[in-house]
Amino acid sequence: MRITVDTGRCVGAGQCVLNAPAVFDQDHDGVVEVHDPAAAAADPEAVALAATLCPSAAITVHRD
Amino acid sequence: MTSTGPRVVDFPLRRPGEAFPPPHYQDYRGERGLVVCHLPNGNRVWLVTRHEDVRAVLTDRRISSNPDHPGFPNISQTMGVPRQEQIPGWFVGLDSPEHDRFRKALIPEFTVRRVRELRPAVEQTVDRCIDGLLAAGTEADLVADFALPVPSLVISALLGVPPADRDFFESRTRTLVAIRSSTDQQRDTASRELLRYINRLVAIKQKWPGDDLISRLLATGAIDPREMSGVLMLLLIAGHETTANNIALGVVTLLAHPEWIGDPRVVEETLRFHSVADLVSLRVAVEDVEIAGQQVRAGEGIVALVAAANHDERAFACPHAFDPARTERHHVAFGYGVHQCLGQNLVRVEMEIAYRRLFERIPGLRLAVPAEELPYKYDGVLCGLHALPVRW
Ligand code: HEM
Ligand code: SF4
Repeated sequence: MRITVDTGRCVGAGQCVLNAPAVFDQDHDGVVEVHDPAAAAADPEAVALAATLCPSAAITVHRD
Repeated sequence: MTSTGPRVVDFPLRRPGEAFPPPHYQDYRGERGLVVCHLPNGNRVWLVTRHEDVRAVLTDRRISSNPDHPGFPNISQTMGVPRQEQIPGWFVGLDSPEHDRFRKALIPEFTVRRVRELRPAVEQTVDRCIDGLLAAGTEADLVADFALPVPSLVISALLGVPPADRDFFESRTRTLVAIRSSTDQQRDTASRELLRYINRLVAIKQKWPGDDLISRLLATGAIDPREMSGVLMLLLIAGHETTANNIALGVVTLLAHPEWIGDPRVVEETLRFHSVADLVSLRVAVEDVEIAGQQVRAGEGIVALVAAANHDERAFACPHAFDPARTERHHVAFGYGVHQCLGQNLVRVEMEIAYRRLFERIPGLRLAVPAEELPYKYDGVLCGLHALPVRW
């Protein structure tokens, strides 16, 4: 599983950090960053939830 | 069925105190999911009622939040979204890219981490309000003495209002939202006094910056000082009555379902269940669009009815049941898309602490009147309670 985030779209709502805190973080400007891509494998459901709850569709999960 | 036109319904959509959630919202979601409503000012708007359609509308770039567009569905002269010309900086009424400048400048103040740092201050505020309740005796109005002051005190601390001025700030914001007990003129005066106060505060922070939101916002240079008062008023107004109503209705629900008291999952479920910001997400089509198979023309107003979407049986199992253990998390109580509530993480912390401390410190809390007699409030936009008489 690979995750990409579109920082240009992110509106800083923080749904990603709330739902998959091991994977996502918000940088100093409040914009999403993937701080531990490896953690995604441990909890793919949390990552999928973060992606669907993100209000600006800034998170994409690639199943390759 | 296909030959008949869309169903037309009256405004206001709900009556205070009627069955909750309103049973007719279920009918609205049936048939086609879209109904037409005539606002008091004669405007004809589309109400979007299904969860899937609400999310689609709130992320569609052909649909605007800007009240400058003809057909924008302001509910009345005073209820709706002001234009930039009226209140510069009221960014909920701007579309991308203009909107993004404000949002980007503000999000560092509302990140999950930042809000976590505010927890001790929120807890202190909540506890001080409870101290006040306990000191005053064995009964209280939880709206006036708890649900309203908590968010107001939290937001004034966040903005950097000096502690000595917070009572002034709180009393004016309270007048502003008391639609039953204050007159138009009192509300007008309160709003002028607040605006004057905010302008003065901004001037002070320009000269003597501190460690607070206003100073940091000024330092970014992204927001024109002329727009600052609009931004700050928006933060104040968007976060006051919404949070208060949700806390008050949530307490009533918890008293009816005491088995959930102490479970942090009640926060998300009271948000979904009550969906207090019923008629807040106002939009207008700027191009022809199709919503739920219905043609909506450019210039037609649209309201995303989040309370209807949050009780959509297509999106939530047994939507009318209050069930904090449910696994669906995709409610739209905070809206969706780029305008999704900026204060949502702060609200979550406030509500979690408010419910927890209230029932920890006042375990004997109960309603002082039968639940059917509670004065429910619905002004056409927000749902809540005028008062919540309790005793312990
Ligand atoms: C239970 C409490 C709350 C509820 C239910 C709520 C609900 C909402 C909703 C539905 C929207 C979207 C409006 C739209 O689509 O046009 C919104 C936007 C907003 N809310 Fe909240 N809100 C709450 C508390 C707060 C608090 C505490 C604050 C601030 C401290 C706040 C600040 C804002 C701001 C600034 C916006 C506009 C965001 C933008 O346009 O980018 N809200 N809120
Ligand atoms: S949920 Fe989406 S918009 Fe919100 S911080 Fe995460 S990536 Fe950004």
